[in-house]
Amino acid sequence: MTQPRTMLEISGLEKSFGDIEVLKSIDLKVQEGELVFVIGPSGSGKSTMLRCCNRLEEPTSGAIFIEGERITDIPRRDLDRMRLKVGMVFQGFHLYPHMSVLKNVMLAQIKALKRAKPEAEARALEMLDQVGLKHKADAMPAELSGGQQQRVAIARALALDPGVMLFDEPTSALDPELVGSVLKVMKDLRDKGMTMLVVSHEMQFAREAADRVIFMDGGYVVEQGTPEEIFGNPKSDRLKTFLSRVSHEDAGAEAD
Amino acid sequence: MDTFIQTFFNLDIMSQAFPLLLKGAVMTLKLCAVVIVCGLAGGLMLALAALSPNRALRWSAIAYIDLFRALPPLVLLVFVYSGLPFAGVRLSPFMAVVIAFFLNNSSYFAEVFRAGINAVPKGQTEAARATGLSQAQALTYVVLPQAVRNVLPDLLSNTVEVVKLTSLASVVSLSELLYSANMARSVTYNASPLVLAAGMYLLVLWPLVRVIARYQRGLAVN
Repeated sequence: MTQPRTMLEISGLEKSFGDIEVLKSIDLKVQEGELVFVIGPSGSGKSTMLRCCNRLEEPTSGAIFIEGERITDIPRRDLDRMRLKVGMVFQGFHLYPHMSVLKNVMLAQIKALKRAKPEAEARALEMLDQVGLKHKADAMPAELSGGQQQRVAIARALALDPGVMLFDEPTSALDPELVGSVLKVMKDLRDKGMTMLVVSHEMQFAREAADRVIFMDGGYVVEQGTPEEIFGNPKSDRLKTFLSRVSHEDAGAEAD
Repeated sequence: MDTFIQTFFNLDIMSQAFPLLLKGAVMTLKLCAVVIVCGLAGGLMLALAALSPNRALRWSAIAYIDLFRALPPLVLLVFVYSGLPFAGVRLSPFMAVVIAFFLNNSSYFAEVFRAGINAVPKGQTEAARATGLSQAQALTYVVLPQAVRNVLPDLLSNTVEVVKLTSLASVVSLSELLYSANMARSVTYNASPLVLAAGMYLLVLWPLVRVIARYQRGLAVN
């Protein structure tokens, strides 16, 4: 069997905002087809780390490799080309409100990837079908539920054929009953072999779907392992504290 | 009553003056077209400069915007037309008006655009950039269409202001609508041409004002 390809590698990543060190030293690898989950308390730098992976944030130091290419060195004018390889899904969806769903999914295909319009449209419809929203192609984003908007946002990223997908708390802004549809799309994606790095608080989903779970706290990767190891047999005190706090919150939420 | 009508609504005099006023109106429209198109383009450039991360560019744009919003347009016009010749710069009345009102108007449009762009959530740009669109593409296809929609009533209001502003051009003897009407008044010793001119301004501006009012009411309802 061939060695699995490393799709995303983070090495010694540091990021400061002014005097505040958010990421102190992050090392992380994501292999092809892996779904890696990042958990940790808010303010632990999870989103910042994700945003460094397509250079929406500029790392202070360290290196990030996408499919073996060191993206932390490439000049600004090559950023757009690099970003085509890294799909990103945001907590707030950020669909373009002035365009139909179909146009949302076509825009970057045409303008950044330089696909011909008929091809872009066919690809957009295919991706919308994959997230179960082909019938909403002509709708405007405001006519969709939050869950549907997030699925369109996923289709928009997928249409560019990225090698890696980054998810930044994709379900945090959703009503609880809409979370499932988005998670299902992510699960389908995983089954199709997409490489995914996911920052999320959906612990149950991490348990079911993640290949590996990374626990971040205070700007470091404190612990990582399979879901069984992380949730079943946490080693560090910080992870134990975090997990017990989260499970209390879950219990609290169910009691409501 | 009859004297009143003879003085202000004299149809004979109005029809005599009409060809002259029509010429003036054409000049007013020409002036508006140039000032509005240049003002919009310049305003957009200034707004982008005022939002630029480059400090020197940003501060020069803000200084420009503040200066020309604060200076009264009539002062600017008189300075450009009658002041600059002292420095050897002699401009035709048309050019003087265009330059003075461009300075004034581009700074107003810049403020409107800046507000519109600022009101577009930052996540929109980030989403666009994350899909590989360049800064310019993100601006053109994602941010500006939303920004313009945000401030459409203000852009229209400012356009109405430009049309009214052009009447100031009469002080540098540019034969636009007001100047022509005033000429006709002094030739005929009758105020009717002025009333006719007012009517012509109204004819153009009233529908615009209506549209703005409806749009603003629509925004309030939504």
